Amino acid sequence: MPAAKEGRITQFRNCLILWDHHLIREDFWIRGGKIIDPEKLFYEEQKAADVVVECHGATIAPGFIDVQINGAFGVDFSVETDDIRAGVAKVAKGLLSHGVTSFCPTIVTSLPDSYRKILPQIERRNGSSKGAGVLGVHLEGPFISPREKGAHTPEYITGFDHGFADLLTMYGSLDMVSILTLAPELDNALDIVQTLVSKGITVSVGHSMANLSEGEGGSEGWSDVHHPLVQCHAAISSPGPTSGWTSHQRPGLVLVTDAIAAMGLGYGVHRLGHQTIEVRDNKAVIAGTDNLCGSIATMNQCIQFLYENTECDKVESLEAATLHPAELLNITDRKGTLDYDTDADFVILDSNSLSLLKTYIDGELVWTSGET
Amino acid sequence: MRLVILDDYDKASDWAARYVKKRIHEFKPGPDKYFTLGLPTGSTPLGMYQKLIEFHKSGDLSFKYVKTFNMDEYVNLDRKHPESYHSFMWNNFFKHIDIDPENAHLLDGNAPDPVIECDAFEAKITEAGGIELFIGGIGPDGHIAFNEPGSSLASRTRIKSLALDTIQANARFFGGDITKVPHQALTVGVATVMDAREVMIIITGVHKSLALHKAIEEGINHMWTVSAFQQHPRTIFVCDEDATMELKVRTVKYFKGLMNVHNKLIQE
Repeated sequence: MPAAKEGRITQFRNCLILWDHHLIREDFWIRGGKIIDPEKLFYEEQKAADVVVECHGATIAPGFIDVQINGAFGVDFSVETDDIRAGVAKVAKGLLSHGVTSFCPTIVTSLPDSYRKILPQIERRNGSSKGAGVLGVHLEGPFISPREKGAHTPEYITGFDHGFADLLTMYGSLDMVSILTLAPELDNALDIVQTLVSKGITVSVGHSMANLSEGEGGSEGWSDVHHPLVQCHAAISSPGPTSGWTSHQRPGLVLVTDAIAAMGLGYGVHRLGHQTIEVRDNKAVIAGTDNLCGSIATMNQCIQFLYENTECDKVESLEAATLHPAELLNITDRKGTLDYDTDADFVILDSNSLSLLKTYIDGELVWTSGET
Repeated sequence: MRLVILDDYDKASDWAARYVKKRIHEFKPGPDKYFTLGLPTGSTPLGMYQKLIEFHKSGDLSFKYVKTFNMDEYVNLDRKHPESYHSFMWNNFFKHIDIDPENAHLLDGNAPDPVIECDAFEAKITEAGGIELFIGGIGPDGHIAFNEPGSSLASRTRIKSLALDTIQANARFFGGDITKVPHQALTVGVATVMDAREVMIIITGVHKSLALHKAIEEGINHMWTVSAFQQHPRTIFVCDEDATMELKVRTVKYFKGLMNVHNKLIQE
């Protein structure tokens, strides 16, 4: 992919950058909306930077990619069926303050009518100062195991007894779908997975009774199916043993917020759809109870949590929200790394705490800490 | 000729860097008056480059009005190869300083016509007003740039086939595979360096001690091309104690006796 020769050249100096699975002390160069090779610029174009940004030792990482987010800032992607477009835009804008530069709006188990209303309204688009980019929809259900339903509405859960036609009947169109979470033990699952993969749709195992090792290395054809995504609240709620995630489990780990509409709302009581919930003590509960109703963790918090509470080091914690989701979606040629000629979607973080200082999309500063 | 003897490699590197800094400052370069510097690669000058970078970072030295000319580059080695001298200069010097990329000149070892490339390089040096200070290192066989034993002392910038010794010595940088080592290089000639108004040659380590002896204690000889600088009116050899191992005690004592004079050269 040829680098854009247009645009202002910016050099970020005095920073650590996430490069080839290491944090290294190196300057970081962008031009227009792309990350560029400064050595090539020096020798081949004989150009210097137009702007130099002093980073004071901060860390530069690729922009975060959240492939499973059910809603935020009062918006529930599965509920706001009438004006999902405005809802997605609102969340996209808000996510800039969490370092998320692209995401997959996630629709939980719903009725065909809802899918037909929601899906045509969602468009894939690049990020900008208006908000994080949309990488396509993540459909979680309804083709899942009734015995592992989680918070999904049990009456809506179903199988695909007639094969792929059932998917189309359910969803209407798969054009906007990037990830589909299903239970591989359902009848016809293998055929369906293969069809989905051939269409470029990522298949993730979830809400399933299947043995993962079987899905991973066992019968032929399952190798395209991905492990469940690691949800931040799962990590938080499991006592201690998150530190038991061993090194062989870490490669490829994909961190998702799995956030609900209450994420980003702040403490207090909120009316969300037909529920009244209360956000307090970093948790969202059904108002008046201690019953958790979903994750309100931001991606930046999830990364910090992973780094502080597991054996994951900084690189692994950051890659779980950058490189690995990009690999999951097969978009590493554009996103998820700081490689030359990829999109200049990146974040600047405090090097000690990994807390977010600045968010850039397409080479433009779109959020700075201190702003709300 | 001056011979500056320092205790060790670090002190020699520091002295060389301070000398470069003082020469640039004294020159008072500006938009109409560029300081021209000839530069080597290799492990010997690495310490000097690090010191120069420190001076730049502390705000004591700018390369904004400095033009550089590198001595040599391998032929048919990708510019991006970690062993290319382009990579060396970028990683060890240029990316850390404020030089204008248009003022950093290196021979293009992938140029379609090496003769045209070499002639153009000489022309660029002339156009820049010649080299004010040429810094060099040498090999254990006394070669300067890729002017290996037997090179004409009147040589100009040209393509050279490397000696088998050099190729074998370089194999360690190419995964031990001798077939991957470039067999040719573009290099400035001995006369190109001789044309500089001043030459500073850094020689460190006991393995270079015979070369230092041949350079300054015996006659001019094309089998030890560095000896040509005996004929240059302003040459400084900067060395460490180890490199003096093959010199006469008398030579060492004589030049050590001049150290207080030499140290005035780096005072600012």
